[in-house]
Amino acid sequence: MSLKRKQQSVRSWFKSGAPMVWLNGGAVAIAIIMTIGLLTLIAVRGLGHFWPADILEADYVIPGQSAKVLIGEVVQQEEVPSARLRGAGYPVTEEAPEFMTRELMKVGNREVFGADFSWIVDDWLQNKRYPAELVAVERREWGNFYGRLKQVKENGQVVAEGEAAWDELKARLARVDDLHSDVVKLEKKDIGRINYGLEDLRLKQRGLELKGQLNAQAQADLDAQRAELDAQYKVLEAELTALHGEFNRDSAVFVTSDEREIEINLGKMVRAYRPNGMSLSAKFSHYGSKLWEFVADDPREANTEGGIFPAIFGTVMMVMLMTVFVTPFGVVAAVYLREYASQGAMTRVIRIAVNNLAGVPSIVYGVFGLGFFVYVLGGSLDRLFFPEALPAPTLGTGGLLWASLTLAILTVPVVIVATEEGLARIPRMVREGSLALGATKAETLWKVVLPMASPAMMTGLILAVARAAGEVAPLMLVGVVKLAPSLPLDGNYPYLHLDQKIMHLGFHIYDVGFQSPNVEAARPLVYATALLLVIVIATLNFSAVAIRNHLREKYKALEH
Amino acid sequence: MQQQSQARGIDMAALGRGKQTLRLEDETVALDVPGLNLFYGNKQALHDIRLSIPRKRVTAFIGPSGCGKSTLLRCFNRMNDLVDGCRIDGQILLDTDNIYEKGVDVAELRRRVGMVFQKPNPFPKSIYENVVYGLRIQGINKKRVLDETVEWALKGAALWDEVKDRLHESALGLSGGQQQRLVIARTIAVEPEVLLLDEPCSALDPISTLKVEELIYELKSKFTIAIVTHNMQQAARVSDYTAFMYMGKMVEFGDTDTLFTNPVHKQTEDYITGRYG
Repeated sequence: MSLKRKQQSVRSWFKSGAPMVWLNGGAVAIAIIMTIGLLTLIAVRGLGHFWPADILEADYVIPGQSAKVLIGEVVQQEEVPSARLRGAGYPVTEEAPEFMTRELMKVGNREVFGADFSWIVDDWLQNKRYPAELVAVERREWGNFYGRLKQVKENGQVVAEGEAAWDELKARLARVDDLHSDVVKLEKKDIGRINYGLEDLRLKQRGLELKGQLNAQAQADLDAQRAELDAQYKVLEAELTALHGEFNRDSAVFVTSDEREIEINLGKMVRAYRPNGMSLSAKFSHYGSKLWEFVADDPREANTEGGIFPAIFGTVMMVMLMTVFVTPFGVVAAVYLREYASQGAMTRVIRIAVNNLAGVPSIVYGVFGLGFFVYVLGGSLDRLFFPEALPAPTLGTGGLLWASLTLAILTVPVVIVATEEGLARIPRMVREGSLALGATKAETLWKVVLPMASPAMMTGLILAVARAAGEVAPLMLVGVVKLAPSLPLDGNYPYLHLDQKIMHLGFHIYDVGFQSPNVEAARPLVYATALLLVIVIATLNFSAVAIRNHLREKYKALEH
Repeated sequence: MQQQSQARGIDMAALGRGKQTLRLEDETVALDVPGLNLFYGNKQALHDIRLSIPRKRVTAFIGPSGCGKSTLLRCFNRMNDLVDGCRIDGQILLDTDNIYEKGVDVAELRRRVGMVFQKPNPFPKSIYENVVYGLRIQGINKKRVLDETVEWALKGAALWDEVKDRLHESALGLSGGQQQRLVIARTIAVEPEVLLLDEPCSALDPISTLKVEELIYELKSKFTIAIVTHNMQQAARVSDYTAFMYMGKMVEFGDTDTLFTNPVHKQTEDYITGRYG
């Protein structure tokens, strides 16, 4: 009998297992390609936004109309059937080619043109050019400005003109930038502290009133304190006014594409740059500063400009608080279920219920959080502890605390299941070893079993973090808002403000992309924010994985 | 084990290692079992066990698999309490106190009756922390006391010289034999009266086995030792008294020399000569 393989047949090919291997390998390959594709897409679309694009200047000649000059960045290009353009009211003749190129141009100058973006038919653009002297100005309000710099003024007096004006503008912008950070510091930190103190006094007075203890002595006391704060405020206000005066001293005059002159105060500018004349290294440094602004600054212009630092901070803060809530709760529940509860029909039912909880749609948790945490719990806590602030709710409205708690409830089944599995895997003889030394069950649990099960708890926590950080729907109901520039962690007692509303990356994506008044401007930010959300979640997860691996290393060997 | 004189290779010459002749009647009793029945659910696993384990002697339990010798051993420190559906009928006296009485502090009982298991089961902690585990449980945290205990317990378990330079490294890095001796050190660190050894060498190589056997021989001056073993040579080598169990019953109990050379019961003889088992 020969051991040689018989002639290949389809059947023997199936029996060899090769198709299964191909199928599995293919599935893995597709999954990897999809992941990489997704990351690449959001990275390219998102990160490209910060690159200083060239500013195009061209004559736009619409058939039958007089030519006009356009200045702006080309954001997007697409081929459209000329019939559709004709239908949209463009004067496209019958002889035009079947498809025409249309592009979305960011022309800026919203206060002049009414809209930042306009659709241009590429075929009608003539004499395209990229002059080096074209300036793009990012402003704190009204979006970008594009045009030519004419002169720089100080207190209305012209100090520089022509090419010299550009260097003057850059120098003066740097000065304004420093002043701006002073203003922000003064407003947020010092005046913020005084406002906080005043609000505190108001609440104190109202509290005394409610208790009927507001006598003349207390009133005088409060008034004195208030007077002191007011005096402090007066000083700061004067300082601030002076700063604002300095801040608004300079202005620059620009000429738009249609030869209009626009004067812009330097205090209103974030940065000005001339992309057409920039060297590659200058572009890179501009890119770096834009990227840094994006991750480190507060949002501007209905979130479509500036940074998203409060959203990053809120997301991380909320997830961390969530882990603080969910870990003890889940672990304790798992320990009871696995170690103490008698294993019977009842525990089986509870286990099934816990597993099913993990499958409840998250918006349902949001509704629960709103109905129970915010209204019932928060409402009662307000009546008990913060009656002086009523009718303004303190905890009776969405906030960091309730958002974290809602997420904790949402993720507790994962932690329970993972911990239970971990507990079940601890070898029986290790427990017996501890018991045989005179330890009670509780001591054994605390000193031996729980440390050994800690990697499993971390696994649960990793899954919980992954799920919680990506949730958006329930959060919209329990405390995440569009704009909350003041962080929930600051220098004012009690430092962590659990009642504060927060921003969240996931909600930010939704808000910027779909609720924004300026969708075109915001679209790249959607990708950039999505990329950042992925990075934040990955960072949170990888740190948890690192901790777990460390624990595993510590407790490994006993897995025989 | 070169001089294999009998069918199962029991080295009878080794038995006469200068032992004085032992008589059960002369011994003081450490653990007394005046009659014990044990049930797993409806199945009876131990039938009317009666024996007295003498103080500061080594008592071996032998018998075929499933005869109930481990189960009996686990009765002595109430380890069977952890088994679902296990019911015990009868009593065991430790210094005249019935350990199955209501209100007995099981943790305290287990401190007085220590146990070493088949497979080494060190905790995933440092060698030092393993040894002082029992003391910490008792609330002893004085560094001086702990240090002293670690030294004498590890010396007592013949492990000190091997580990004295790495007391604060993980116990899981030790070899199997070292781990088992560490477990013995951990057990004697709480100074129990009785030491229960449940097949302590079954997972060890011959050299480690020899070390543990030597250790047992030394430890009996301080502790009452009860050892369950499958290995009859081992029983013959280390024990002063031997109990042969079969099908949940105590068949024969007597001094080791007599039991191995001149068993009373036919079953015992059959077992030790290898006719079943």
